[in-house]
Amino acid sequence: MQRLYKTLTPLFQLSRIRHNYNGRFVLDIDDLTIQRGELFAIVGPSGAGKSTLLRLLNFLESASAGAIRYKEHPTPPLDLTRQITTVFQHPILLHRTVRENVDYGLRLRDQRDPKRVDEIIARVGLAAFAASAADSLSGGERQRIALARALILNPEVLLLDEPTANLDPHNVSLIESIIREENEQRGITIVLVTHNIFQAKRLAARVGLLLNGKLIEVGAAKEFFENPKDERTKKFVDGELIY
Amino acid sequence: MAKISLGRRSSTLADSEWLMTDSQNDPLSAISNMLDIISLSLFVSGIALIIAAIIGVPLGAMLALRQVIFKKIIMLIIYTGMGLPPVVVGLVVYIFLSREGALGWLGWLFTPSAMITAQVIIALPLVVGLTASAVENVNPELRLQIRSLGATPNQAMWTILSEARAGVVAAIVAAFGGIISEVGAVMLVGGNIEGSTRVLTTAIVLETRKGDFGLALSLGGVLLTLTLITNFFLLNLNKRK
Repeated sequence: MQRLYKTLTPLFQLSRIRHNYNGRFVLDIDDLTIQRGELFAIVGPSGAGKSTLLRLLNFLESASAGAIRYKEHPTPPLDLTRQITTVFQHPILLHRTVRENVDYGLRLRDQRDPKRVDEIIARVGLAAFAASAADSLSGGERQRIALARALILNPEVLLLDEPTANLDPHNVSLIESIIREENEQRGITIVLVTHNIFQAKRLAARVGLLLNGKLIEVGAAKEFFENPKDERTKKFVDGELIY
Repeated sequence: MAKISLGRRSSTLADSEWLMTDSQNDPLSAISNMLDIISLSLFVSGIALIIAAIIGVPLGAMLALRQVIFKKIIMLIIYTGMGLPPVVVGLVVYIFLSREGALGWLGWLFTPSAMITAQVIIALPLVVGLTASAVENVNPELRLQIRSLGATPNQAMWTILSEARAGVVAAIVAAFGGIISEVGAVMLVGGNIEGSTRVLTTAIVLETRKGDFGLALSLGGVLLTLTLITNFFLLNLNKRK
């Protein structure tokens, strides 16, 4: 079910963002606001700058120019940046058990909640593997651990970088249902990066097309998919290759 | 068994040479003497290893993870240091600790403190260089991902070190092997003084000089066994973690 975000409180405000890697321009966004509680999808082909944008939103990198404000803070302190976490496309897990991997973020915060750790592991369907070495699990299971280790932190913002790429339908369905629940029931703000327009259509309330580092069009999901304003968006939605 | 003392010693090199002539013939005394040598060997190399690890492991991790100016040159120096001849280290430490040396006032020459100092210098490049190499082999993407989970730069460094623990343990094992088996530095700065600075390697040299090859070989066997047992514990520590 698609829904529009309930509140209109800006959480992230990006203005005149320019980002370069070794002199190569990768991102150029003039203006973008992400509202509290919304599920915003960024779609676009590979190499469009989607993952870079997520790293900037997580304050893992600083933009070459421009400002990103989170809750009005241009350089948020640790307690604010800890409200934001990312589930990466290729999660790297610690060479430890599933339980220790999920518990990791809590230990960083000197918090312990073994009961909740086990609940989250069960929620992603890995209760039987809680004591197993994370290395021994399949790609889909590893992705679910990555989601669990992010959710255990009760984040206010969840950044998802192609969270279901290369996964089987069962894993895709499970992860999507958790994403939907977190957004609709817990009000977590979710920024979903995907090249899969069908997934964006299923989950997002608002969608943006990123192409060659530039935001081409941003709009409510229904408008974006059914009545795109930009010709490039129309082509992308129609499944044509665009560069 | 003689008590190990790190403190100031008034002996001169001439004294130590005189003491190198072992006159013990009583079997019980010989055993006690042997235990002294073994415990001093473990004490000197153990303390040197602990100091080298405390300094070297975080230093190696920092060199691998942080932006450091002249990093390539520093790493080149460290890798060169991994091949430092112990006798050269011993000579330099000897010069510094000799009565006219810059650190002569410490009165450490021909004491276990001097031997520990020399062994720390030998072990440190091994620990730093091999730790840096182990940390560099951890997937760089991991750092980003654990920071996204809320790790501070220091927490990220310790997590990455923990992920590289097999390599870090290998660094410590290599350093221990390097210092427990070296003879040049401890001979020069320790003087091989019976009951004070005689360790297994210097005892082997002494017995070989005396022509007692059987005893020298037996001491060699003891040294190898000690190294084997220590490495066994170090490697098991890694597995348990």
